[in-house]
Amino acid sequence: MSGKPRLTYVNGRGRMECIRWLLAAAGVEFDEIFLERREEYEKLIKDGSLLFQQLPLVEIDGMKMVQSRAILSYIAATHNLYGKDLKERARIDMYVEGIADLMQMILMFPFSPPEAKEKNLDSLKERATNRYFPVFEKVLKEHGQDFLVGNKFSWADVALIEAILAVEEKIPAVLSAFPQLQAFKKRISNVPTIKKFLQPGSPRKPPPDERYIETVMRVFKL
Amino acid sequence: MAGKPKLYYSKGRGRMESIRWLLAAAGVEFEEQFIETREDLQKLQKDGSLLFQQVPLVEIDGMKMVQSRAILSYIAAKYNLYGKDLKERAWIDMYVEGTTDLMGMIMILPFQPADQKENNLALITERAKTRYFPVYEKALKDHGHDYLVGNKLSWADIHVLEAILMTEECKPDILSTFPQLQAFKGRISNVPTIKKFLQPGSQRKPPPDEKYVAAVKKIFNF
Repeated sequence: MSGKPRLTYVNGRGRMECIRWLLAAAGVEFDEIFLERREEYEKLIKDGSLLFQQLPLVEIDGMKMVQSRAILSYIAATHNLYGKDLKERARIDMYVEGIADLMQMILMFPFSPPEAKEKNLDSLKERATNRYFPVFEKVLKEHGQDFLVGNKFSWADVALIEAILAVEEKIPAVLSAFPQLQAFKKRISNVPTIKKFLQPGSPRKPPPDERYIETVMRVFKL
Repeated sequence: MAGKPKLYYSKGRGRMESIRWLLAAAGVEFEEQFIETREDLQKLQKDGSLLFQQVPLVEIDGMKMVQSRAILSYIAAKYNLYGKDLKERAWIDMYVEGTTDLMGMIMILPFQPADQKENNLALITERAKTRYFPVYEKALKDHGHDYLVGNKLSWADIHVLEAILMTEECKPDILSTFPQLQAFKGRISNVPTIKKFLQPGSQRKPPPDEKYVAAVKKIFNF
């Protein structure tokens, strides 16, 4: 028995990608099951694997965990990526929640109607450059440290780099007014576990394409 | 210095109510400042109090905390309502994510078009009866304890009670097929701090009425 965490989802980013990032950053190897057909999803529901009948599902440490936030918190806590005390944890939680709101815009993007895409892209750019990135630029500038919280690599750094790269895929020059974030991006990309995850052949998934969208619509009957 | 937590929000439930519940259940007295106009909100945004320019804001232990999940996690951990170890915490997180989804549907109900109200209510009822309540019913039945996790009062119990009462406001007989949850409701309502919160004159807020909906739309500009 491998004892490796096992991830069950469709073969793409969606709500599982942040979990892949965090496990990879923590240096944890994991297995993946990719659902292709609706029947596979229905089987998981029938056999009681999915607490609320939803994915992501991560089998880890004898638990069948669902709800991505619960999963991420557990991984962060069990791998020393959650700060040294409750106040650092609170800071990390605030940062990752803000980033999750930003990532939610990107998550919904491929499923929005074509006529809404330009408007959604503008909203994304506005939120990234006016609401979210300035916060982290300021945090890094003020303490001058390499990492967002407690002068130590944490879940917050992993969440932020994932978000930066995801937004850059849509808006390549988005960091042009954020020198701290540019340096942060470079630094965190060079953390050995992250560097490995960013290389071809890693479990990192590509941006959603037509095939992914079709699979999601089919499996989840949207 | 007393150092009571201070809550900043509009004078209604919204995304602050779960925080009021948790503080009250923990026996923590708190102050509230109500945002009544758009200008009140803009003042908070301008003076840098709101990390992501959004409320809820809770000033607690010298921190200006935003993002309701971050705030709730901090309070739960601080007041020993988060289980005894990481696995219990994981279960509590999974359970509250489920009730968060359910209460989220109820929260937005008054803000949706009137002609969709019947359909939305039907969906809430369906989700409560087939996706969420069966999970908690089964958990209680399987272990036979008074509380959902670890045989001890936790954030999960408080959140599930809040969700039950909120759902009953939408559909009074929603617990008719859930005997465990009926008993649970009775038990948890009688926890002294919760009993106090459920009495008139507490800081618990009433269900949203038309006046509240109009005020919120004006303050938050939607």
